[in-house]
Amino acid sequence: MKNSKVTRVNRWGYIFLIPFFLTYVIFQVIPLCSTIYNSLFENYRSGLKQIGPNFVGFANFAKLLGTIDVWNYFENTLFMWIGGFIPQIVVSLLLAYWFSDPSLRLKFQQFFKTVIYMPNLIMASAFAMLFFTLFADQGPINSILISMGILKEPFKFFASVTASRVIVMFMNFLMWFGNTTILLLAGMLGIDSALYEAAEVDGATSSQVFFRITLPILRPILLYVLVTSLIGGLQMYDVPQILTNGKGDPAKSTLTVIMYLNQHLTSKNFGMGGALSVIMFFITGVLSIVIFNLNKRKD
Amino acid sequence: MKKKVLSVLLSAAMAASILAGCGQAAAPAAPAADAGSDASEAEAEAPAAEAETPAADTAASGEGGKVLNIAAWNEEFKTRLTDHYPGYEVVDGTHGKIGDVTVNWLITPNENNAYQDRLDEILLGQESASQDDKLDMFLVEADYALKYVDTEYAASVEGLGINLDETKDQYQYTKDIMTDSNGVLKGVSWQGCPGVMIYQRAVAKEVFGTDEPEEIQKLFADWNKFNESADKLKEKGYLTTASVADTWRVYQNNVSKPFVDGTTIQIDDNIKKWAEDSKDLYDRKCTTTVQQWTDDWNKGFYPEGKVFCYFGPAWLIDFCMAADTEGSIAHDGGWAATEGPQGFFWGGTWICGCEGTDNADLVADIMRKMTMDPAVMKDIVLKDNDFVNNRPVMEELANDTSYQNAVLGGQNALKMFCAGADKIDMSNLTAYDQGLLGDYQTSMMGWMNGNFASYEDALEDFYKSAEVRYPELTH
Amino acid sequence: MEENRKVSKGIPVRTRRVISYIVLIFFTLLCLIWFYILLINSTRSHAEMTKGFTPIPSTHLIDNWMNLVHGTLPIFNGFINSFIVAGGAAVLASYFSAMTAYAIHAYEFKGKAAASAFILAVMMVPTQVTALGFIKLINRMKLDDTLIPLIVPAIAAPITYFYLKQYMEANLPMSLVEAARIDGANEFRTFNSIVLPIMRPAMSVQLIFAFVGSWNNYFTPALILHTDVKKTLPVLIAQLRGADWLRFDMGQIYIMIAASIFPVVIVYLIMSKFIVGGISSGAVKG
Repeated sequence: MKNSKVTRVNRWGYIFLIPFFLTYVIFQVIPLCSTIYNSLFENYRSGLKQIGPNFVGFANFAKLLGTIDVWNYFENTLFMWIGGFIPQIVVSLLLAYWFSDPSLRLKFQQFFKTVIYMPNLIMASAFAMLFFTLFADQGPINSILISMGILKEPFKFFASVTASRVIVMFMNFLMWFGNTTILLLAGMLGIDSALYEAAEVDGATSSQVFFRITLPILRPILLYVLVTSLIGGLQMYDVPQILTNGKGDPAKSTLTVIMYLNQHLTSKNFGMGGALSVIMFFITGVLSIVIFNLNKRKD
Repeated sequence: MKKKVLSVLLSAAMAASILAGCGQAAAPAAPAADAGSDASEAEAEAPAAEAETPAADTAASGEGGKVLNIAAWNEEFKTRLTDHYPGYEVVDGTHGKIGDVTVNWLITPNENNAYQDRLDEILLGQESASQDDKLDMFLVEADYALKYVDTEYAASVEGLGINLDETKDQYQYTKDIMTDSNGVLKGVSWQGCPGVMIYQRAVAKEVFGTDEPEEIQKLFADWNKFNESADKLKEKGYLTTASVADTWRVYQNNVSKPFVDGTTIQIDDNIKKWAEDSKDLYDRKCTTTVQQWTDDWNKGFYPEGKVFCYFGPAWLIDFCMAADTEGSIAHDGGWAATEGPQGFFWGGTWICGCEGTDNADLVADIMRKMTMDPAVMKDIVLKDNDFVNNRPVMEELANDTSYQNAVLGGQNALKMFCAGADKIDMSNLTAYDQGLLGDYQTSMMGWMNGNFASYEDALEDFYKSAEVRYPELTH
Repeated sequence: MEENRKVSKGIPVRTRRVISYIVLIFFTLLCLIWFYILLINSTRSHAEMTKGFTPIPSTHLIDNWMNLVHGTLPIFNGFINSFIVAGGAAVLASYFSAMTAYAIHAYEFKGKAAASAFILAVMMVPTQVTALGFIKLINRMKLDDTLIPLIVPAIAAPITYFYLKQYMEANLPMSLVEAARIDGANEFRTFNSIVLPIMRPAMSVQLIFAFVGSWNNYFTPALILHTDVKKTLPVLIAQLRGADWLRFDMGQIYIMIAASIFPVVIVYLIMSKFIVGGISSGAVKG
């Protein structure tokens, strides 16, 4: 009797999952299948003439993986993500720790917390446009540096691989550190204050408290931050796209995988675009398995 | 299983539309490849047989459809039509009226290839579109004109009812660009875009002691002289050009073979020479590698930019050089024009009619009035300072001393433009030029900036970009 | 107590406090300067802007706005479309993600572990990977050039789900649900009337995240929308930027960006109490 009631209640589990799975299957799984299917064909448009679809097996994959290009673009993507993520997590941890530290008793907390999230409200494309203007050869950044005597002649930011990448990283950092701070802060405030008090009684320094108590307890939320940031990182598109007009200048050093995919989509090359999507799918799959396994092992 | 879920859901939600959708998905696979001018009549009659609306009746009786759809990437032609086509009335931002025909503007900007993408979709869907939704006219630029001209979607100008003799006053190159591989003329233009070298008078006086176009021409008559004079400008702290991209059109229009042969990319000597000359100029700090149309590039329109010259046609002088802005060189009439090292052209807009249009007569009339009527053509020059595609009109004005260009300090440069327009040779144009020239410039600028070790490395990078953009191309 | 701390820690509290304030002020400036530049630039004419940047506002704010409004782009439609898309997507994403999270959190059923693992796995799939198939599907369904494909797919939002589930584990006592069941409430009503109110802080966080994400999204709308009156703001802005030499006007572009950020900032400031406070009080323990 009780058992059957529990089963009946638990049936709602399925019902509540229906909207998600139905939507996911229609708008993600079906497109994914058609993408995979497409990857096996030669299928593009030459001018207004449709070429294919002709079945070519794994030729598209062979062509993509036969050169080092995809890996270069993947490396660009990861490199620029990591370069933005490390300062982001460091600064966010620091700020969140300060906000949550009762002994600091910071004033205007609400104001600071509100403000640091705001760069995220600017469209990535508009943000990129601003940066492009600011860092132009004759732009304000150069003229400030020259008038301060730091530079003799304008530095060509967008002609330098390092400078271009750093600008992308900095923008990613700026757009996301507020978001991360707020998330981490939430985790920190959830920590039982008895733990801190106990540490204090034992005479722990604030850095000891941070590394021995705060960080370990924050691990799940750090995982969430890491995973969501990695997802965003792998999908990096808007910022370098607008900043370099879709070209990934200089010398394709800021060309991300999704920008590369977009180039194939622009030329209506559904075969190669499909193959690249499938490769991307596998890479993200492997990465997510690695991350979740790492987490499990530690548990 | 998956299929079943989908089909149940879809059929419940939108059974009818899906069926229609599937039917349509199959249709474009077989475009009306052999649609001649006959087909256009047949198609115009087809809806009349089915529909009972009065509009359809008029279509059949030869008066044409009620809606004229025009695809464009900017407002230029709309402005021209508004100002110069008799009887055109503005309704709102994207609609107008000619008599009882509604003109519907489908404007999609060029950004990210969006215009061509949209135009492709519209043209490929022409078959299944209803008569009033069918595109009647579209505009193209030289860089990709062949992509559309050499298809059955663009209507023959003769087929629209225009006698080719009516186009005799147009510059030959404007017709060459619009001629398909069978020798059929598919479009016409109201403008000609021969380019000249536009230099700063004040700088010329300071550095070379004269601002007379004839004298300056001697110093810039070929690329060797150009590069020598660049050093003199450098000594006085002036850039010769605002960007290496400025001279691109000059080199590219003087190639001896097209960018693509069949499906093989080939690099003409003159294009290679552009890269080498430009790198040399850049290394000597006589120019920069900024992109055109950016703030850095615009700086040279003002004295503080310290740029000696730009290369461009009439529209660059009159619309782009900030003549309306206090303090700009153009505002004070500080520029002058001379032929420069080689003749070239840049830009231009062509009008194409769509195969199967139900407004053939109106399309033909717009083409006639806007590109062949000498009175309208002259009006465009006088009101808009454009260089129009009509030799007698331009030659008359070239010899008219009262015609002066304020931006050029009163110089009448039309003679120069006229001479240039006659020399333009378009035989080496390909359908791929727009994409290829952008990619080539980008890669070569990478070399100039030291991001590639050699020209060959940069060329490899260019091939990579080009073959992603045009999957059918190889090298 | 404070005296104790001072003795036991490496750096005195007061010094640490000063350092924190300095760092916070630095980041505040770093975050706000972009809004300042946008505002300044939207008061300047195109001609002024080509001459270079100055930090002093000019007088062309109204001119720019008038040029924009009287231009050919239907920007008011853009605002409405963006509101419909971002609002719809945000509501669907947070409501249905809460429902999904509740299903995984509160029930025991066969395949639950698999379902949960599946959602976590697909969370990593970049949306752009399926873009190709997505466009084809949308064309097939005749939903091309409509707002629906920008709204409805938000029902399946794995990242929102992930966050809400973490929150639920920390903050939703099952005893409350049990009590409702004993009272004979049906499961759907329990979810709406008992679970949702408890989830409100977390949901308002995800609501604004989803709203901002959708409001600023360019990739998908650019692929789906073709008619000007149906386009969302980011697509229209790109269009303004793509305008050719005849019409190119940085003044209009900047005022349009400023105008399109404005509503989000307002919504954010209104909700920020919820967001900052909501997260802080709720706490995601994971």
